[in-house]
Amino acid sequence: MELWYTENHTDEVRFSIKIDRQLISRQSEFQRIDIFESREFGKILTLDGYLMVTEKDEFIYHDMITHVPMATNPNIKNVLVIGAGDGGTVRELLRYDTISHIDMVEIDEEVVKVCKEYLPITACGLADPRVQLYFEDGLKYVRRQESKYDLIIVDSTDPFGPGEGLFTKEFYGNCYRALTEEGILVNQHESMYYSSYAASMKRAHKRIKDSFPVARIYQAHIPTYPSGHWLFGFASKKFDPIKDLDADKWNKLGLKTNYYNTDLHVGSFAIPNYVKEQLEGE
Amino acid sequence: MNILLQQKAPIHEALLRHKSNRVVPFDVPGHKGGRGNKELTDFLGEKCLKVDVNSMKPLDNLCHPTSVIREAEQIAADAFGAKAAFFIVNGTTASVQGMIMSVCKAGDKIIMPRNVHRSAINALVVCGALPVYVNPGVNKDLGIPLGMSLFDVKEAILSNPDAKAILVNNPTYYGICSDLRGIVEFAHEHGVKVLADEAHGTHFYFGEDMPVSAMAAGADMAAVSMHKTGGSLTQSSFLLCGEGVNPHHVRQVINLTQTTSGSYLLLVSLDIARKNLSLNGRELFKKTVEYADYARNEINKLGGYYAFGREIIDKVSVYDFDPTKLSVHTRDMGLAGIEVYDLLRDEYGIQIEFGDISNFLAIISAGDRPLELERLIASLSEIKRLYSKDDKSDMFDHEYINPDVVFAPQQAFYSSKKSLPIRKTVGESCGEFVMCYPPGIPILAPGERITEEIVNYILYAKEKGCLLTGTEDMSVNNINVVEVD
Repeated sequence: MELWYTENHTDEVRFSIKIDRQLISRQSEFQRIDIFESREFGKILTLDGYLMVTEKDEFIYHDMITHVPMATNPNIKNVLVIGAGDGGTVRELLRYDTISHIDMVEIDEEVVKVCKEYLPITACGLADPRVQLYFEDGLKYVRRQESKYDLIIVDSTDPFGPGEGLFTKEFYGNCYRALTEEGILVNQHESMYYSSYAASMKRAHKRIKDSFPVARIYQAHIPTYPSGHWLFGFASKKFDPIKDLDADKWNKLGLKTNYYNTDLHVGSFAIPNYVKEQLEGE
Repeated sequence: MNILLQQKAPIHEALLRHKSNRVVPFDVPGHKGGRGNKELTDFLGEKCLKVDVNSMKPLDNLCHPTSVIREAEQIAADAFGAKAAFFIVNGTTASVQGMIMSVCKAGDKIIMPRNVHRSAINALVVCGALPVYVNPGVNKDLGIPLGMSLFDVKEAILSNPDAKAILVNNPTYYGICSDLRGIVEFAHEHGVKVLADEAHGTHFYFGEDMPVSAMAAGADMAAVSMHKTGGSLTQSSFLLCGEGVNPHHVRQVINLTQTTSGSYLLLVSLDIARKNLSLNGRELFKKTVEYADYARNEINKLGGYYAFGREIIDKVSVYDFDPTKLSVHTRDMGLAGIEVYDLLRDEYGIQIEFGDISNFLAIISAGDRPLELERLIASLSEIKRLYSKDDKSDMFDHEYINPDVVFAPQQAFYSSKKSLPIRKTVGESCGEFVMCYPPGIPILAPGERITEEIVNYILYAKEKGCLLTGTEDMSVNNINVVEVD
């Protein structure tokens, strides 16, 4: 018997992982949540069939979505994380003693429950006293905040589905208002390699640029995401992710990371021409 | 309402039978189940094209229904508590005209508030009846027309004892209701028929704690725009008859103008939507009201906006309020409703129903999702942050402009006319309609005197970006006025 998990990266392209067994399948109010066990990638979390996290390569995503803003402004104290029900982003943030408080807003409580039970590798920090969990729509939560956070991380699903509202102009504008004068917004920015997402990501980047004086794109290589070439958005009210990077200070923290380092930090903002051209074409 | 009866959908069932019979089509439509127009079939889907069929014996005939359409109409009448119901495929415009032309002929008087939809005054142009306008009252703070007060209606009936009918909006576009029961009682005592424009009131028949529906209030006829909040396809509508009219005469009037090729897509959508509302309407509209109440509360918390609700009920000009309507007053932010309407669409990708000088209206239904409501609210908070103005000095203060009817609408429409630049028309009699669309309520109707105030209002609405329609001049720089020798 062979069991394979397959995600259609486009209508014409498939990505498959051989599965040892399925650990759980649950339908929440918002989506279908599955966890599989595989020999190559360890445990795998999928939402509505889309791959979110694997034990083997989650470090790349979580390193890049957290350490880039934290090395740019080491004084970040108050953080809002939107989405990120698997807990990996919070786990990385908790490594900074300088962070005093993290609010995490996840729309689907079931994702957190499932991850706490089956994915402790990422969900381990969710019970930390510095972390406050809210289970509601991120767009609704952020609308009611003003000048409160030094960093907002948007660790969302795709722009089609429950995470749809997190790629809108109104959301980025609400984030701007929720941030302090030192504020940074980092978001997962999908990939522009396949055309199905390229148009909506071009639009998302333009919307961020309209709301924030600094708006940049950086990248990472994530084997299990469509095309393997993944982008992140870095937007801020004043910090430049390269000029303001204090590499020595971050390195002195002595955080051991498997993907991120301060050289790669600078390099990750050097994006390929095909991405540049599409973004500039907007 | 007979629940066992309501579980049937005769037109739907007949179309299913027709499909399964695999009848060979040597009749119109020529696309023959879509095979003759591949691009259209790819776009709309084969399922849809296969039931775009013509009248035939097993499917009945809309002009003279004797089988499945007749049965579907009887079930619809049962659902709405009406004596008879007609399936209308030419829009609620046809329903409104069917009502007026069933009870009025040339020279007859009909009482109506001035904030009627253009379709009502169109009917007067066609049939030659004469309007007697009642001031609907204006809420000056909100800048919206209200409903006729019972007092004003009584006065209009007493001073026009020869009036044949009165037309009542139930509710207005903004969700405002007149005292329909009181109006029916008084009108019937004086031999006046009551017609209700329920273009925005379908849900009154199926929701709980809603304003009274026309049939429940004893009105003689009602035009119910099933496609607006009832879930049928655009352009489909019901015309309902109460005890006071002869339905067979009404059918003859409908057949004067309605197509003889009634679309089965529209007919079946009415049949299925009626079934859905009869069986699930209570739940659907409960959810709708919950959504609308939630949005009202959240929008009011943003500050600057005023999403009004039942608190505006005064039992006079606002006898009742439709809680599914999300009408929002924007002027306190220094923005016209139409400006917010444009910003929502152009900047935030959100299309709402309409914006006027002081308000916008969003249609809420059970088809909405919390996610989209949050987007609307978040966008409004952004519009407030980025675009609100403290200076409200250039905001237009809207008053009810009492129309001076110089000629009957029909006479004005068919008279010889000349075209004048808007500013030069003051003092002339208008020969056509001028209105913002939506909501499609005429600023000027044929036969009305043009005043400076009206000209200023038109120019202001134009400047703010309202879509003006009705004039022969497509760019609305000129208005046709009645030529007087």
